Amino acid sequence: MNKPLRRVAIFCGLLILALLLRDNWLQFVRADELNSHADNKRVQIERYATERGNIIVDGKPITGSVDSGGTYYKYKRTYVNGPMWAPVTGYASQVYDANQIEKLEDGILTGNDDRLFFDRTLAMFTGEKKKGGDVVTTLNGAAQKAAFEGLGGNTGAVVAIEPSTGKILALASTPSYDPSTIAGSDDEKAWVALDTSKEKPMLNRALREIYPPGSVFKVVTAAAALESGKVKDIDAPTDTPEGWKIPLSTVPMVNHAGGCANASINEALRVSCNSVFAKLGDDVGVEKMNEMAEKFGFNAEQFVPVRSAASVYDKKADRGGNALSSIGQFNTATTPLQMAMVAAAIANDGKLMKPYMIDQLRAPNLDVIKQNEPEQMSQPVSPENAQKLQAMMENVVSRGTGGKADVNMDGVKVGGKTGTAQHGEKNAKRPYAWFISYAKTDQGSPVAVAVIVEDAEGVGREDISGGGLAGPIAKSVMKAVLKSRG
Amino acid sequence: MSVVTNTTTIGAIEAPSRRNTELALLGFAVAIPVFAYLNVGLAIDGEVPSGMLGYGLGLALLATVAHLVVRKWAPYADPLLLPLATLLNGMGLVLIWRLDQSPRLIATSMRLYKSFSPDAPSQMMYSAIGIAMLVAVLLLLKDHRVLQRYTYISMVAALVLLLLPLVPGLGSAVYGAKIWINVAGFSIQPGEFAKIVLAVFFSGYLMVKRDALALASRRFMGLYLPRGRDLGPILTIWAVSLLILIFENDLGTSLLFFGMFVIMLYVATERTSWIVMGLLMSVAGAVGVASFAGHVQARVDAWADPFACAKDVAACDQMTEVLMSFGSGGILGTGLGQGNSDLIGFAANSDFIFATVGEELGLAGVMVFLLLYGLIVERGIRTSLAARDPFGKLLAMGLSGAFALQIFVVAGGVMGLIPLTGMTMPFLAYGGSSVIANWALIGILIRISDTARRPAPSPAPNPDAEMTQVVRP
Repeated sequence: MNKPLRRVAIFCGLLILALLLRDNWLQFVRADELNSHADNKRVQIERYATERGNIIVDGKPITGSVDSGGTYYKYKRTYVNGPMWAPVTGYASQVYDANQIEKLEDGILTGNDDRLFFDRTLAMFTGEKKKGGDVVTTLNGAAQKAAFEGLGGNTGAVVAIEPSTGKILALASTPSYDPSTIAGSDDEKAWVALDTSKEKPMLNRALREIYPPGSVFKVVTAAAALESGKVKDIDAPTDTPEGWKIPLSTVPMVNHAGGCANASINEALRVSCNSVFAKLGDDVGVEKMNEMAEKFGFNAEQFVPVRSAASVYDKKADRGGNALSSIGQFNTATTPLQMAMVAAAIANDGKLMKPYMIDQLRAPNLDVIKQNEPEQMSQPVSPENAQKLQAMMENVVSRGTGGKADVNMDGVKVGGKTGTAQHGEKNAKRPYAWFISYAKTDQGSPVAVAVIVEDAEGVGREDISGGGLAGPIAKSVMKAVLKSRG
Repeated sequence: MSVVTNTTTIGAIEAPSRRNTELALLGFAVAIPVFAYLNVGLAIDGEVPSGMLGYGLGLALLATVAHLVVRKWAPYADPLLLPLATLLNGMGLVLIWRLDQSPRLIATSMRLYKSFSPDAPSQMMYSAIGIAMLVAVLLLLKDHRVLQRYTYISMVAALVLLLLPLVPGLGSAVYGAKIWINVAGFSIQPGEFAKIVLAVFFSGYLMVKRDALALASRRFMGLYLPRGRDLGPILTIWAVSLLILIFENDLGTSLLFFGMFVIMLYVATERTSWIVMGLLMSVAGAVGVASFAGHVQARVDAWADPFACAKDVAACDQMTEVLMSFGSGGILGTGLGQGNSDLIGFAANSDFIFATVGEELGLAGVMVFLLLYGLIVERGIRTSLAARDPFGKLLAMGLSGAFALQIFVVAGGVMGLIPLTGMTMPFLAYGGSSVIANWALIGILIRISDTARRPAPSPAPNPDAEMTQVVRP
């Protein structure tokens, strides 16, 4: 009986061998895949096992962690003034993952990032509890407050940038939501309500929504006209007849303002003449127009580091389309961030700085792990032409449609441009009110702002003009930044 | 003058009994779980667990009693079997105690049953009963050949044990499988005991019938086909295992019994044709049942692609949790007490306890455990090789073969190698029946190995030695 016995012994050995091989495949080859599998709750458990690091504004945290006492997730995320800061922080939910900064810098906030390896190892020896690092933002609390409160119950967004560095100072979007309400493990109702709401409170309008810019885009067209040499003197009359016909069409361009016939570019921007800028755009041509728009950042996603939607300038437009595009209609669409970048580049004498909102990443012991430095993105216009554009935009505020945005402070000059973008079938919907502006002192420009207010509630159609609705918001944001600078 | 030559010149050289080796190994088998226990306590509460002294002393006491009994009543027994089983039992206790500390499992239990009772103390009690079982086997079973007398009684007993869960009012179904019976408040899994009793029946039956099964056969297409009347028992066993599968929804047990029978048949008859037939019949049975029984079908689905069906089937969800538990362990594991294998929830400390090994001790730990089990099987087969009587050979082989198959079916199931079946890792998993039955199994193996390794009795002095004298005239 011994021969079959030996064979059975080999068979049993093979069974054990099969198990060993399978285990190696499972725990070595597939380990990473299983460990980071979307269904693996350990990722979330780990994220909330220790006190999460904070997101910092003006030296104070705008987030927090509380011991929720849950058996799955120990700590729960809390937010200080959640709705106001939601477009900046994003959310970190025990059930619904995380987004924006909470997601992008998750490694630092949980303390799992490779750059924190040394801290973790040290903590292991000293017996300290593992803690997450902090994310220090570039935002300005006062400006954000002014922006959020300015928008109030309206639907809209505000972006403020420091032109000389590209630091984002304010990033507001309304209607907003409180990320605290979906942070816990049993917040399904709140999540579903937010997710299905018609008002889309979780949409970050400042970065992710693209709007037709309307007249505020005329600044870009003016920049293209100056850079291409089509206009040299901003006060020289242009050759634009009243009722200038859109190319490839018999329809004349409608002006809502008077005195546009042969108006100079300075005057045309002040009263916002459609005909002058449409014709200038046509003169410059679609190629040069598109080149200028792309230098300002159009047709590309921006990473601040949260991804923004790509603003659109239609480079394949025909002459008629290009003429309409030049006054911010047709296919032209832009994020509020993009228009703030346009204003900032002009205020910074033509130099466009890459916008960013994370200043530094800090280890739990406050060591700086990474310091973000300002970075030039492009030079859309020369300093001389930028100054001409500034003069024109300041003219808009001091004597034109943007009067409501003047901060009336000594030594501060404000330049701006209003916009009222039509949209909807046959422009039936209430238009969007736009305003872009910057403030400038003799030490340069501390702030550039873009404001958009969608179909404001309870305001008559005539009242919706960029200057009336969006101007005051821009003004209070600029004032807040100027005041915080002393 | 007469020359007297004594023919018994080969004196019995005292074979080493290896009892001291066993004692030394037992020292490790107790120390390792005690350190593991300490490890869990430090990881979870950051302090030396209060129960450590009692736990260590309890385990040491059980090991000592078992060792002394073996030393006295089975002095030539294999020295590895007892330490291996003690180590596995001790580590099982640690793992069960570790899962008792899980706030998640406590919360789930509070929610479902409004109460929570830790399983480790019960398992400690079952372990004590298991050791008592071992002692009883060694004391009552002085010679394993006695079991031969009970061949047909064993058959009846095994069938009764297997069918008990089907008796109304006695059997209880848990998650689809009807393999438990309730007696006086205790849940018993008769299948675990039936395993041993069936091995006794097979050994006795095959020892008697092996020649008939091996020799009286027709050759057909290169295979020796047995006669119809010899085919009877294999068909009976096949039918019984299918019945278990169908009525008790117990894939694992039926596979185990049928596999054990085929192995023993092959060893007894030395005919490969039995293996071919056995494999064909098990494939036919498995395919037939899988296409009818929904329970089995679901298990197969969960095995084929657990992540795809996890959304709507609970069995798949369990499987994905187990797989992710293994995956999260990686090579070295998270360390005892620091994993999240309690996410598996139901049966985390019984059917799925191996996942806790995988997550907290990692690839390295799982391989160690598999090799420990492999060693038990190896010692069992070695005992079978060394045994001098066919009954002992067959019984040792049957028990170790069943043990190996059970390891393969359970570990393969939780690691996703084969469809999951409702069986538990011997000694590791929580459950009285399993622990007690497996200690009895180890007891029988120890008894057979004692007989096998015992030095051959010195031949009786030849009575003729004196009588037949060369008389020189």
